[in-house]
Amino acid sequence: MSARIEREGGARTPRRGWIYLLPVLLFAAVGVFLALGLGRDPQTLPSVLIDKPAPAFALPPLPGRDERGFSSADLGGRPVLVNVFASWCVPCRIEHPVLDRLAREGVTIHAINYKDAPDDALSFLRALGDPFARIGTDRQGRAAIDWGVYGVPETFVIDRAGRIRYRHVGPLQPHDVERTIAPLLAELAR
Amino acid sequence: MIRRALVALLLACTLAHAAASRAATSPDEILPDPALEARARALGKELRCLVCQNQSIDDSDAPLAKDLRRVVRERLVAGDSDAAIKRHLVERYGDFVLLEPPFKPATWLLWGGPLLVVLAGGALAAAFLRRRAVALAEPAELDPAEKRALEALLAGEPGDRSR
Repeated sequence: MSARIEREGGARTPRRGWIYLLPVLLFAAVGVFLALGLGRDPQTLPSVLIDKPAPAFALPPLPGRDERGFSSADLGGRPVLVNVFASWCVPCRIEHPVLDRLAREGVTIHAINYKDAPDDALSFLRALGDPFARIGTDRQGRAAIDWGVYGVPETFVIDRAGRIRYRHVGPLQPHDVERTIAPLLAELAR
Repeated sequence: MIRRALVALLLACTLAHAAASRAATSPDEILPDPALEARARALGKELRCLVCQNQSIDDSDAPLAKDLRRVVRERLVAGDSDAAIKRHLVERYGDFVLLEPPFKPATWLLWGGPLLVVLAGGALAAAFLRRRAVALAEPAELDPAEKRALEALLAGEPGDRSR
């Protein structure tokens, strides 16, 4: 029928075009979140200890290297790095030259030797260089748990007040130093 | 034939389940006190292994899971409550160490999300049903203008009959 009777406010003809846009908008929103999630590494967990004081610990020295060990009393005064490493950890070998270079540039790096045999740790350092100021041995991995460590290597930036300011999980690459570690150390030294 | 296949499938599932529920806890870790050990096992099922991430420390053979099981048992023996032990680990590893996320402002949407979806769906369904009920109801009386138009149609005025 061409003789159509137009009725205003009729119940059958609600013009709501926007409702068809809703699924598209929802899809776009989900897509944005998924795209953001794709760029994140689910294996890298944020540390809950950021801006908190480093945990209290007192670790014995690495036998055959020195007699000093490494404890919470050694932190504070100046910004330092704390590196958790083990001779059996392959990524630790990869990052070692980066630590060596940082040490040569004057950065103080302390280390926690994680669940390692002292002799293996010593030969690791002899072969690859020893950039560490102090080394504490954590044979049982208990101090590392207090630091929230869940895999070696991990590297922490500690400020002058002895607080943890940054944690890097996995081997330190030169670009991590350039982009994050070095600027942060410079800022903390000011 | 089909029945035999079904029985085999059922058996396979049962065995798989039995294998999956076998914990990683080794005999030397087990506490002498059965009540404490039961609590340790229950806690271990609620705590995430940070290395494997989708396994509990009770399930995981990772060295860190073993270390965390030991921490849990040491604190149990020391007399800590279950809540205190969880807090101890959350302070070090964050909420991520809990397999069940806690209910707090940051997770309100996570926990409330399904409820919101049900409410939104219910509201949409209610609106749709109400609109349909209105549409199916008796048609309204024609207003004067419509009546005139209808009468004109019925009177067979030319120009308005084209189909």
